[in-house]
Amino acid sequence: MAKTVAERSSEDDIQRQQLTELYRLMVLIRRFEESVYQKFHEAKIGGYLHRYDGQEALVAGVIPQLQLPGDYILCTYRDHAHALACGTSPGAVMAELMGRATGCAGGKGGSMHLIDPEHGFLGGDGIVGGPVPVSLGVGFAIKYRGSKNVCVCYFGDGAMNQGGVHEAFNMVGLYKLPVLYILENNQFAMGTSVSRSTAQPDFVKKAEAHGIRGEQVDGMDLLIVREAANRALDHIRTTGEPYFLELNCYRYVGHGIGDDNTKGWQTYRTEDEVSEWKLRDPIAKLRDTMEARGYLTPEQAEKIDKQVLEEVHASIVFAESSPEPALDSLYDHVYS
Amino acid sequence: MATMRYLQAIRLAITQEMERDPNVFICGEDVGQYQGTYRVTEGLLQKFGPMRVVDTPISEIGIAGLATGSAMAGLRPVAEFMTWSFALEAMDQLVNHAAKITYMSGGRIHCPVVFRGPAGVGTQLSAQHSQSMESWYAHTPGFKVVMPYTPADAHGLLKQAIRDDSPVIFMEHAGLYGTQGDVPDDPDHVVEFGKAVVRRKGKDCTLIGYSRGVHMCLRAAETLASEGIECEVIDLRTIVPLDMDTVVESVCKTHRAVVAQEEWRNVSVGSEIAARIYEMAFDQMDAPVERIAGADVPMPYAKNLERAAIPTDSDVVAAVKRTLA
Repeated sequence: MAKTVAERSSEDDIQRQQLTELYRLMVLIRRFEESVYQKFHEAKIGGYLHRYDGQEALVAGVIPQLQLPGDYILCTYRDHAHALACGTSPGAVMAELMGRATGCAGGKGGSMHLIDPEHGFLGGDGIVGGPVPVSLGVGFAIKYRGSKNVCVCYFGDGAMNQGGVHEAFNMVGLYKLPVLYILENNQFAMGTSVSRSTAQPDFVKKAEAHGIRGEQVDGMDLLIVREAANRALDHIRTTGEPYFLELNCYRYVGHGIGDDNTKGWQTYRTEDEVSEWKLRDPIAKLRDTMEARGYLTPEQAEKIDKQVLEEVHASIVFAESSPEPALDSLYDHVYS
Repeated sequence: MATMRYLQAIRLAITQEMERDPNVFICGEDVGQYQGTYRVTEGLLQKFGPMRVVDTPISEIGIAGLATGSAMAGLRPVAEFMTWSFALEAMDQLVNHAAKITYMSGGRIHCPVVFRGPAGVGTQLSAQHSQSMESWYAHTPGFKVVMPYTPADAHGLLKQAIRDDSPVIFMEHAGLYGTQGDVPDDPDHVVEFGKAVVRRKGKDCTLIGYSRGVHMCLRAAETLASEGIECEVIDLRTIVPLDMDTVVESVCKTHRAVVAQEEWRNVSVGSEIAARIYEMAFDQMDAPVERIAGADVPMPYAKNLERAAIPTDSDVVAAVKRTLA
């Protein structure tokens, strides 16, 4: 049946509102990572630092589609974006990166171990492939309780060559567990490209070999990612069976802080290649789409950018003014 | 009290805890349809069904992930390793995940999981199947490490392990599975962690053991008693937490100590206990602490070589005599 003008207009409003939120989230992730980089070089942040610049659509297209709390998220050490998307306050994330008591893990986890169970976020994981066996257990717990929830587990292309990933895939496929796997294929496992690290680069085939339905999707386009995520989530919630999405994307900056922007290009990728991928930038692409549909004006985009910068700035002020963890908390939480 | 074998006591503990708490489930290779490699889980599939008695492939990383992840999401898994030797496959999930998640999350995530299975040496199983590796886990902050000697302790300590909110490494001894003992009838019988028990009173020398090492100590004490030497035998029950109070109290009385263990000697539980005795009661000691342990070699197959690699009660007897010399 044809829709009335009023129905179309209210759908339009919903789309506008939803996409504006997702646009804001992607901008927040980008600006947050840029600030974190700066703070690292001011020696306010220690350890390793893995940025998400260029991969924003993988998080913004999936996590806001979840029911939180209820559903669960696991991911890798490149986890700042996931925490922000789950609803962890930027202040709690920034404070964790600065090792403060107000951080989301009380300063005990750091960049690679952000966590927020109240928002369903079971944490970043410092081990390549590490979250995948854990996702098997989380998916099992969901099925055990008989709920319709989903566990979303992110991991990178490097993890596809880890043995434990395949043990877990096999068992998730065998037991038919409600897990959505998101392969963040940013083309490189640190400095080793997919073509140099895997004999069968068709990762969907590998998932299917373990009884998990899968598809390959453009990870540089938020609308495509969101559509794929909803397709996958519907399948999981309806059948209780797992699903695998390979999202192709690109990280603009080096793997970690030891592989800074400029050095990495010299050894394993070219500046031209990075520039080419940047032409497909997911934030610019969504902004263009929204402007074309009349959902966003350049002025509104600028306003969002300004608000986000203020939010990031406030997170820095909050973190820097927060106390360090108390020294007598050193031995707390070794045991429950 | 009911008399039963060590493995039946373990089965009873699992059964009672599964009846008490619907969040408790077991998983592992051949725990269900096959009825358990050592028959520990016999009858549980029929009683509780396949959702709570989960047969797994031979995938130790998967088993450890299944247990760790489901514990993080609120269940209370009891995961069986067919032997602790095979758990080496799963070290990353055990050490980097289960043991650390509570600390890394600032106490926001709990991981109430029990990893259990047979440990211990013997019966010509050779290098890859015959070894005791408790100090690997005791070395890692975050694990509690439990090694019962009697059927009653196997029962009460396992129930305590399942009720504990931290990850517990529960090492049974395959060589003790057939031993008999009395087990309390109380379905809420639990044995608290970190409480060693004095198995025999004595004044001349303190013998410290756990798991089958206690058996070695008790036999040695009996032999020595016939020669007029009275040994006090302490069963540690748990390696982490470690009850040094009971040990120190005893050595303050006997002024001599022998630690007996099946695991390798180098950087081992015995090394730790000796060091702590020196730290806490150095001026009480009349002789150096003796350590009776497995030979520092991969376990050989040949019967005579294996015998030479595994410590016995005669080794303990000789050690006690050295402390008295």
